[in-house]
Amino acid sequence: MDNENNSAVKLTWFDKIFKPQVITLPNGHSTIRRRSRAPIIVALVLLAIILSLRMTGFDLSIIIKKFDKLMDLMVKLFHPKWSFFDKVTRPLVDTIKMSILGTVIGCALALPIAVLSSTNIDKNRVIVSVLRFILALIRTLPTLVIALVCALIFGLGTFAGTLAISIFTFGIVAKMLYESIETIDMGPFEAMEAMGANKFQAFWSACVPQILPVYLSHSLYCFEMNVRASAILGYVGAGGLGITINERIGWRDYEGLGMVLLTLFVVVVAIEFTSEYLRGKLS
Amino acid sequence: MAEKLEKIEKAVDEKLTVAEMYANRPRKWWVYTLVVLIIAALVGWSGSTVQFEGLTVTGRSVAQGVISGITHPDLKLMFGTGNTDVPYLLLQTMAIAVLGTIFGAILAIPFAFLASTNILPKPIAYLFRVVILLIRTIPSLVWALMWIRVTGPGAACGVITQSVCSIGMISKMYITAIEDLDTRILESLDAMGCTPFQKIRYGVIPQLTASFISTTIYRFDINLKDATTLGIVGAGGIGASLVQCLNSRRWAMVGSFVWGLMILVLIIEYLSTQVRSKLARGE
Repeated sequence: MDNENNSAVKLTWFDKIFKPQVITLPNGHSTIRRRSRAPIIVALVLLAIILSLRMTGFDLSIIIKKFDKLMDLMVKLFHPKWSFFDKVTRPLVDTIKMSILGTVIGCALALPIAVLSSTNIDKNRVIVSVLRFILALIRTLPTLVIALVCALIFGLGTFAGTLAISIFTFGIVAKMLYESIETIDMGPFEAMEAMGANKFQAFWSACVPQILPVYLSHSLYCFEMNVRASAILGYVGAGGLGITINERIGWRDYEGLGMVLLTLFVVVVAIEFTSEYLRGKLS
Repeated sequence: MAEKLEKIEKAVDEKLTVAEMYANRPRKWWVYTLVVLIIAALVGWSGSTVQFEGLTVTGRSVAQGVISGITHPDLKLMFGTGNTDVPYLLLQTMAIAVLGTIFGAILAIPFAFLASTNILPKPIAYLFRVVILLIRTIPSLVWALMWIRVTGPGAACGVITQSVCSIGMISKMYITAIEDLDTRILESLDAMGCTPFQKIRYGVIPQLTASFISTTIYRFDINLKDATTLGIVGAGGIGASLVQCLNSRRWAMVGSFVWGLMILVLIIEYLSTQVRSKLARGE
């Protein structure tokens, strides 16, 4: 009984309150099994649900009572007004253009920043942590709020939307990229340095070929998200499909809205498939 | 891939020198040229509509206002305890995200099983995938605008919106987990004479819980950010007040809302990453 082998199991404060179960094996050794944390987690989740229900005033009976209203809306949505298609194309093209330009600008800005904030290339810890903190702050800002501020500063229209998408893309791509850069193989880089290449040459021929496919793949992924995100930016006046969507809902023209959403769906699916195919090729 | 390997093996057999190997290196420059050309063409095409028209008349004052607001937030609002102060609104935003994520995660389970090709025949599974894709493409703001007609404005609308929106992404991730199920475990349980219930309890659930929980936590992260913007259309949370303050140019209040939002999102993101990396390590 003395040769208890507890070193493999790390004990935390939880185990000090709820003593682990000791199991004696047939050969005389004994091992411990920690008590399950599930009951505590379930209790915490239940508590969170109850508090949240109280806070939001959510009531399931509303949905049941107004279910016919919802069905009415859904039926209209699934009978799109085909004649509305002509009015959808222009804002749709605007939305796509906004996301292309925004993605390209955001990704172009993200590349140098991502390189500077990966710990294996940039040895300066201060720069790394400052850049990462700034990126984290940018990522916390909701795109719609950025778009609204841009629209207030630069006027209503596609420029504000493009700028908002660029900022959003910059934050996300830079983060995904520095995480990928940190996993690249630094062996070739050291080998080249040992052979007398300077830091830039070594980086250019040893790291860039490893980073480039990942970078393109992240950019494509972000483009996918941006098409979806930019469709609603018009709601705050930043151009594109959002204006049309808002207008249709305002006029309660759900057949028209159905047409807008159907077009958006087709475009998003087409872009998603192309991008998934290309990303498959890249990896 | 096999061809490439053969080529390399042949080269090794022929004992090429380093210089000859270098001369035979794979050339990808035309791929990159093509990528650059395509991107340039796309940017040229989209640049035509997105034009910079200068600042609006009030643009400069708005920009100054935003900066002064962020540097001088309204501290009374930020630490107050009333129903319109930052802490209460942040809690409400979090409550919306908690309920939306949990309901969404539960609703996603049947969808995910119905859309997995290893459980149902392919045609039915693909049908459900289209439904999931449809849910995912409609922007959350549009969902919120539709639900508001049913529930009326308020936090309850945010909860329903998020429950529905989350189904899309959560079930997509669940499907991957379900299709990766190791069926050999089920076979061995079968061989041991287990009942179907035991097979599910000991063969299926342990394989899925970790990734399901991880997905749910990840989605909570996204939902929290999303909940901050839902307020713009009147679905509760901090967004409504933030946009009102922006539009009425009360910069000090904008500053305190933005700070509150950034701090909350940063904390939640940090915690969620910690928990998820623990889950991935299997603790």
